[in-house]
Amino acid sequence: MTDAATVEAVAASGHGDVHAHDPHATNTGISNEKLAMWAFLGSECLLFGGLISTFLLYKEKLELFPEFKGRTINQFGAEIFDIPFTSVSSFVLLMSSLTMVLAVSSISRNDRTRAMVWTGATALLGSGFIAGQVYEFTAFYREGLGYTTNIFSSAFYTLTGFHGVHVTIGILLLLVMLNQLLRGKLHAGNAEKLEIVGLYWHFVDVVWVVIFAVVYLIP
Amino acid sequence: MAIVEREPLALTTGSGPSAALAPLGVLARPTTSTGWRSWVTTVDHKKIGIMYGVCAFFFFLVGGFEALLIRIQLAQPNGTVLSASVYNQVYTMHALTMVFFVIMPMAAAFANYLMPIQIGARDVAFPRLNALSFWIWIFAGIFVTSSFVLGGGPDGGWFAYAPNTGVAFSPGHGMDFYAIGLQIGGLASLISSVNLIVTVLNMRAPGMNLFRMPVFTWMTFVVQVLLLFSLPVIALALFLLTFDRRFGANFFNVEQGADPLLWQHLFWIFGHPEVYILILPAFGIVSEVIPVFSRKPIYGYPFMVFSGIAIGFMGWGVWAHHMFASGLGPISVMAFSLSTMFIAVPTGVKILNWMATMWGGKIRFTASMLFAVGLVAMFTIGGLSGVTHAIAPADTQQTDTYYIVAHFHYVLFGGAIMGLFAGMYFWWPKIFGYLLSEKLGKWHFWVTLVGFNLTFGPMHILGLQGMSRRIVTYQETDGFTFWNGVATLGAFMIAAGTLIFLHNAFYSLSKWRKAGRPNPGPDPWDARSLEWMIPSPTPEHNFDEVPVIHSLDDFWHRKYGEDAEGRAVRIRATEDVVQKGTATDVHLPAPSYFPMLLGLSFPIIGYGLIFNLWLCIPGGLLLVFSLFGWGYEPVDNEDLPHGDHGGHDDHGGEHAGHAEEVSVD
Repeated sequence: MTDAATVEAVAASGHGDVHAHDPHATNTGISNEKLAMWAFLGSECLLFGGLISTFLLYKEKLELFPEFKGRTINQFGAEIFDIPFTSVSSFVLLMSSLTMVLAVSSISRNDRTRAMVWTGATALLGSGFIAGQVYEFTAFYREGLGYTTNIFSSAFYTLTGFHGVHVTIGILLLLVMLNQLLRGKLHAGNAEKLEIVGLYWHFVDVVWVVIFAVVYLIP
Repeated sequence: MAIVEREPLALTTGSGPSAALAPLGVLARPTTSTGWRSWVTTVDHKKIGIMYGVCAFFFFLVGGFEALLIRIQLAQPNGTVLSASVYNQVYTMHALTMVFFVIMPMAAAFANYLMPIQIGARDVAFPRLNALSFWIWIFAGIFVTSSFVLGGGPDGGWFAYAPNTGVAFSPGHGMDFYAIGLQIGGLASLISSVNLIVTVLNMRAPGMNLFRMPVFTWMTFVVQVLLLFSLPVIALALFLLTFDRRFGANFFNVEQGADPLLWQHLFWIFGHPEVYILILPAFGIVSEVIPVFSRKPIYGYPFMVFSGIAIGFMGWGVWAHHMFASGLGPISVMAFSLSTMFIAVPTGVKILNWMATMWGGKIRFTASMLFAVGLVAMFTIGGLSGVTHAIAPADTQQTDTYYIVAHFHYVLFGGAIMGLFAGMYFWWPKIFGYLLSEKLGKWHFWVTLVGFNLTFGPMHILGLQGMSRRIVTYQETDGFTFWNGVATLGAFMIAAGTLIFLHNAFYSLSKWRKAGRPNPGPDPWDARSLEWMIPSPTPEHNFDEVPVIHSLDDFWHRKYGEDAEGRAVRIRATEDVVQKGTATDVHLPAPSYFPMLLGLSFPIIGYGLIFNLWLCIPGGLLLVFSLFGWGYEPVDNEDLPHGDHGGHDDHGGEHAGHAEEVSVD
């Protein structure tokens, strides 16, 4: 999570200066921040696991209800979802993982210019995905599928909305990184910060792969 | 994240950085180490632990008062002390207070104070996040409790089954306070669990490998892992409930075809690990207390550790035994019956090992030891009634009766609270620098033990007679009168026992002051783990120098060797082994206002969600302000002398750089 926290932690262990930026000062050899991010992502798995389970539960039940006028969930999905559009925005998000890798690779080679370009590109691609989600939500709303319309809509908007919020937080983190790059404060010596933001970003992408498959593709 | 800017020139002047210390120009870096300000801004794990403990004890009194109200209401048939509506609020708040604002934080108090010392660290991995956890938690506690004066408390029971908690059946704001308050409290526990997990994995002293850690540290670690994975599930459930209630979503709207069992599953997937989250810290405490007062090492250390881990794993596979009466179907019921019976095995291993530790030991029945033995005995009773719940046909009869109430009070009061009291008597001199009176402690124990059994023992009978839990009153003809009267009597005995404890704390303090503040010494009990190797109370920097660990119970083995027959023989005097606590050159993380301010923003947003969304704006602004302040505040205070760091000229660049650090959590 933070390099500052490493300093904090190592200062607490009493030899702050000597090991402040030596990840091997920890028992596991993994820095505190990275380990904290892994633990946090483990926790996030359960959050999204619960959201996806909730969605699946209510997707099953949908066919029982009169508003669906005998349509199967497949027919309903085919009517409301624009699979090609969402596929494109999914592709955009997945490409952002590639640019994220390139950004981390650049900064660890101390190539700040490229790191800036790729970090900016990642944030931009993420924003493109969010824009697509906003468009999609608006379109569904116009078609009469509001948040409170039925149990399917509540589950759908909550699941994809939670993911959207995660992407948004990721974009903010990327912008903070970009700001630090612009001010010349990121370099090969503390590239791990960008790597940790990258961990979060890849996680959010992987979650989207699951959500896209479960919500849009699997009948 | 922090960026360290290397500007070697600024380093030696010593005056440059101070302008950067308050980058927002509002809150200067706090520097005091005494007075209220030092507590509000502290990032010291020991002070945070003490604050957890004191606040949790306050909530213990609040929750105990609520319990007494319940018992007064039920003392006689046709009780009229509380109306049905207030009664619902009081039992719900009693449970929420005791679970989330007493047992969990009291365990967090011990974990915060002791765990870093037991692994030989100077603080937790993220000291400011640790402070943030505390502040979020205490504000969540105040937030939930404030519901009483803001239109009525939560009234859906602590597990808040849908659709009872929907707007239709619970139109007041009580359940909003429940959903949002626990969400905030859960955030505190999540942050703290990440922090403590990293601390255990990364911050151990040289030689302190995982299987040299004390059992208390192990149990704390298991609990944090359980929290890490169970909290997101309850967070999700509470989000869904909040969205249903505040924004009209349909997750628990049965008219729309929602499945009320969804809530039950989500709640208990969290809720069953939660009961192990509540009990394992007490198990850990008792595993420290019993060996010391038996003068024997813990029997079967690996079994103690692995049974704790096994409980942690199996705790995920038993949740539906809370739902046998909900019509799960025979296969689920059978599977969860079996898994529930199996989880009794590692618990039984622990009970056996505690008894085997005491067997043949040179037992000293101090107040702490009495409470520890009390846990072993009372928890066993609770565990046995728990096994009866594993048998689904019997459980179907027992569901929602006082038998259940009896069971979980035997494990949570007879187990967790007894263990926590054992820990208080044990570590009190280490934390506060004076010993509690043993005589009053023994009074406390016996009054509590008798009162406890009078209160909850009869509830087994009442439950089997068919008295429903959460029922506001009963009729004379029901035949519940006698045992309810006994239970109320017992409840007042527990209250008397608690008052003895409070009296003990203050009486022993004033006696100690009158006696000229004698120091209890680093090791008043002739104990085994690292916290006893440093002075009492613990110096701010914990260890003068970080010890190198060679074995389990390292401190003991520094004091004692073995003779030919394997008996302990003192090889070194305690005074020669302990540290003096005199080091002055230890560099500690600097205090900060921002954890408290950041914590404060959450209840403001919470009130906004409930009463007026506009209130979310100041709350959100405070959140953003605190995040920025946090991010731009250097971790270390450059104005303070650096002690041993003064010599490291080659690292000077980083000194100057600290002031320029940007950190974003």
